[in-house]
Amino acid sequence: MIPVEFDYLAPASVEEALAALGEHGDDAKILAGGQSLLPVLRMRLNAPEVVIDLGGIASLRGIRDDGDALVIGAMTTHHDVRDDSLVREHALLLSKAAAEVADSQIRHRGTFGGALAHADPAGDLGAPALALGAQFVIAGPGGTRTVEAADFFVDLFETAIGDDEILTEVRIPKHTGWGAHYEKFVRVAHQWPIVAVAATVRGSIDEARVGLTNMGSTPLRATATEQALAGASATEDGVRAAADLASDGTNPPSDLNGAADYRQHLARVLTGRAVLKAAGA
Amino acid sequence: MTATQDRPAAEIGKDRRRKEDQRLITGRTRWTDNITLPGMLHLAMVRSPFAHATITSVDTEAAKASKNVVTVLSGKDFGEELGVCINAWPITPDQKTPGHSPMPADRVAFAGEIVAVVVARSAAAARDAAELVDVEYDELPAVVGIKKALEDEVLAHPDLGTNKSALWVFDSQDAGTGGEVEAAIEEARNGGIVIEREYRQQRLIPAFMEPRSVVVDPTGEQLTMWSATQIPHILRFALAATTGVPESKIRVIAPDVGGGFGGKLQATPEEWIAWAVARRLMKPVKYTETRSESLMAAHHGRDQVQTLTLAADKDGKVTALRVHLDADLGAYVAIVGGGVPVLGAFMFNAIYKFPAYRFECQTVLTNTTFTDAYRGAGRPEATYAIERLMDELAAEVGVDPLEIRERNWITHEEFPFTTVAGLEYDTGNYEAATAKAKESFGYDELRREQAERRERGDRVQLGIGVSTFTEMCGLAPSRVLGSLDYGAGGWENASVRMTPLGKVEVVTGASAHGQGHETAFSQIVADRLGVPFEDVEVLHGDTQVAPKGLDTYGSRSLVVGGEALVKAVDKVIDKAKVLAAHLLEANADDLEYSGGRFTVRGTDQGMGIQELSTATFAGHDYPDGMELSLDADATYDPVNFNYPHGTHLCAMEVDTETGAVKMRKYTCCDDIGTIINPLIVAGQVHGGLVQGIAQALWEEAVHDESGTLVSGSFVDYLLPTAADTISFDVVHTDEPSICTTNSLGTKGVGEAGTIASTPAVVNAVVDAVRHLGVNDIQMPCTPERVWRAIHAHDGDAPTPQAAMPHFEEGALNQDEGAGQ
Ligand SMILES: Cc1cc2nc3c(=O)[nH]c(=O)nc-3n(C[C@H](O)[C@H](O)[C@H](O)COP(=O)(O)OP(=O)(O)OC[C@H]3O[C@@H](n4cnc5c(N)ncnc54)[C@H](O)[C@@H]3O)c2cc1C
Repeated sequence: MIPVEFDYLAPASVEEALAALGEHGDDAKILAGGQSLLPVLRMRLNAPEVVIDLGGIASLRGIRDDGDALVIGAMTTHHDVRDDSLVREHALLLSKAAAEVADSQIRHRGTFGGALAHADPAGDLGAPALALGAQFVIAGPGGTRTVEAADFFVDLFETAIGDDEILTEVRIPKHTGWGAHYEKFVRVAHQWPIVAVAATVRGSIDEARVGLTNMGSTPLRATATEQALAGASATEDGVRAAADLASDGTNPPSDLNGAADYRQHLARVLTGRAVLKAAGA
Repeated sequence: MTATQDRPAAEIGKDRRRKEDQRLITGRTRWTDNITLPGMLHLAMVRSPFAHATITSVDTEAAKASKNVVTVLSGKDFGEELGVCINAWPITPDQKTPGHSPMPADRVAFAGEIVAVVVARSAAAARDAAELVDVEYDELPAVVGIKKALEDEVLAHPDLGTNKSALWVFDSQDAGTGGEVEAAIEEARNGGIVIEREYRQQRLIPAFMEPRSVVVDPTGEQLTMWSATQIPHILRFALAATTGVPESKIRVIAPDVGGGFGGKLQATPEEWIAWAVARRLMKPVKYTETRSESLMAAHHGRDQVQTLTLAADKDGKVTALRVHLDADLGAYVAIVGGGVPVLGAFMFNAIYKFPAYRFECQTVLTNTTFTDAYRGAGRPEATYAIERLMDELAAEVGVDPLEIRERNWITHEEFPFTTVAGLEYDTGNYEAATAKAKESFGYDELRREQAERRERGDRVQLGIGVSTFTEMCGLAPSRVLGSLDYGAGGWENASVRMTPLGKVEVVTGASAHGQGHETAFSQIVADRLGVPFEDVEVLHGDTQVAPKGLDTYGSRSLVVGGEALVKAVDKVIDKAKVLAAHLLEANADDLEYSGGRFTVRGTDQGMGIQELSTATFAGHDYPDGMELSLDADATYDPVNFNYPHGTHLCAMEVDTETGAVKMRKYTCCDDIGTIINPLIVAGQVHGGLVQGIAQALWEEAVHDESGTLVSGSFVDYLLPTAADTISFDVVHTDEPSICTTNSLGTKGVGEAGTIASTPAVVNAVVDAVRHLGVNDIQMPCTPERVWRAIHAHDGDAPTPQAAMPHFEEGALNQDEGAGQ
């Protein structure tokens, strides 16, 4: 289908992009990899007058080591996140989850920042980012601020990023040497998850972080499960009680792929599996 | 002249790569949407968001004022010249058939129906303006779903007074082909076995790769329509019949077409609107649908509730089958919409010797997208029902599902065999296909593994599904179609033209849209005429080039069109013989034809067909009385359908904790008579299997209660990709059962995989969890449905016996899917 006509801007710096956003306000939309925005425009679910493409801003791309954290530029593609050696070493969970996003073509176009800013509750990167305690660096007219993961995801397709702001980078506290697994449950390979569980563990099991995808209007963290896992043994019996807590407090959707109670059941089963695989059991 | 001796001995049976693939794969061809004509205008359709509503006003002012818009037309702007969408197969004389205007002026009957068309100088301008057309509707109650339609409380078309369109009945006692069904069922209730089931064939969307597209050029003497269609000939006929343009003034071209699967076997509102607009404005126009429009408004397939009663004696020998279908036509009776479920009438009895059979098909109208042919058309539905039932019977008797089939099937010595549905199966060998499939599959070993997994209560259970299918295909004998009140014949036409330099142009009335006719037909001609494969050019899909034909569907192109071609080639040889005798100064009776050459018996004198073609062109020396042409055409109307069959075996793993299913192995042994090109057959089988597997596991078109298509994009309508399938084990019998009603001995294979695979997969899934109290899972077998089936009886009384009636309200197989 054909989108409504729009103007296209390609700023060369974050400052220019912010200025353009300031000028056009509500009528403008940021374009990252376009893998979510373009379908929305083509189906005419949104009709911005101006599209501001961040693709030409080199500083938004890439992954760097910043002491106790990794810093991932918003425009880094899923493919690069998945393949990066720093990510594998210090935030293996992100690499595993990025590998599960869509298919290879989309992973080469779609971006880490775009996916998180889009905030689809079925998106694969929110739960891992939340579980790893990511911090979101957001630039706006008044400068830059940092938002904790817990405050970043507000609702369905809604984040802490303001209309006049841009997500520039994401800081991921290092989880060096932690085992990780992203257990994604789908009916066909190219599908968004019906439910997915992001788990990363230290030792087997000293400490655990567990995030849930598509179990509510935002990514969720299974804190009760995490607590119960500390000191648990990495066996089916050892993690069962903790996994059974994973669906507590969740509010998943009901749709053609499954009713809410089925999704809650899946969350419990998949949590057990994800944790065991993360622990290498 | 090309040397014929370089040609390999036999083209038939050779794995020729498809000659059309290079251009199709690289896109170096012209699809309808690539056609651009001088001064061409673009159309965008305005579609109803409501499933049922009165149109109270259509305000086109803003749209007309929009940039680059030429005009905007709604239903009331057209008269008779708009024509109607036809139903070519009224299944009963009293069938209720709602009038089907391409663009109704007063009332819409499904969501997606067209209410106005915008004509603009670019596709983008047309699309922009379409949003500005302001249509006011008075919403009417919509009827969605077969059960609701049967209640006749809310009517899809209030003026018809009912949603019931037609009831078509076949009874073996009345037809004299078998006994009385009721008596046999009663007898089985006392001491025998009666299996009663209700199965649902969910609605599917054909989802061809190339969206539908149409270009109409009204300039010049003939009006030309290019359309991404399977049926250029039928389109020409229908345009002439309904829009008042003489046939001789109409040229329809189906250029390369990107798939159809029955979904492009339709005379569509979009084509008729483009035709009317082009004629009105006297300008070329183009319309190409979006994928969303395609999913919503191109015809859907399947959608039946099947109420089935199978009777058998206590050893599992079948004694009767009673079938009642309720089939959802959607909002209109589409071109062959009513006939599709009726085609199943002849196939429910399948390969088995039922002494008594009754079939009823009740078609109903609803406020949803109209339904029509989809790969297999009527036969997959029938095959699913009977093959599922045979597995249930095996479970009831307590024997292997292959054993129960063997007790009931027609043995190879019994052919030709007249079935209880009145068809004569010419040849077949179910024993051979089954033995070969079993061996290749490793049946016994997988059964052992299944037993072990059950024994140890493995989280992942294994199931084995069987489908021993047959089908009727190669549509078909014109007289039989006539007796079914089908609006056309089933013959096919071919002509062979010898060019001056000895090349061969073959014209066929079949209209390929991805099947590989060009390659297979070239192989047939290469062998029969003795010319190199490369020298044969196959032309099709343009009524000016191929004026006669009935197009491509129903696995008919090779078995009907290929046979017409053989007959045309034989005529060419006969004509050439007269000239050869003259030029070789020999008696025609002394000539032999082989390898493309006439030789005088007992001498080394001879002449090639290609030389004779040049000699005919020159016309310098030929016998008196000979018409100076070697070209010939032939029409072939078969005396019977043909009956491919096969044994398909499928192993599925079921994760009992999540309900997820995974295919472990799939073996099929199809007996399709003579194989012209094994590579093309493998392609048809692989693709067909995936489409059938997709019905079992993934695809389902869902309308909500108000008639909105919920599965309106590929996010919700799940099509599989290569990543979701395994490598299939495709084998054939060592000695195929050659078809006796055509000279090539071929049987159709275009639909076989789709027909056979669906029940094989569902049987396997059910088999994996039968010991947990499951005897049915509604299609598609989503993980959720499988999981719920496994846990349906948690904490309940034990499962009801498999043979108990299952027709109560709210039975598992009537769940309409969760969370809608
Ligand atoms: C067929 C298909 C399958 C897919 N399957 C999956 C899947 O399985 N799992 C999954 O997680 N995702 C999937 N996706 C989505 C994919 O991951 C997208 O890449 C991602 O959701 C959006 O990233 P993008 O870079 O393409 O962003 P865009 O589409 O360009 O933008 C998305 C939104 O975020 C905003 N935005 C982007 N960048 C910024 C920024 N720096 N600051 C502020 N706002 C910003 C845009 O304005 C827009 O609203 C799929 C997409 C497709 C097309």
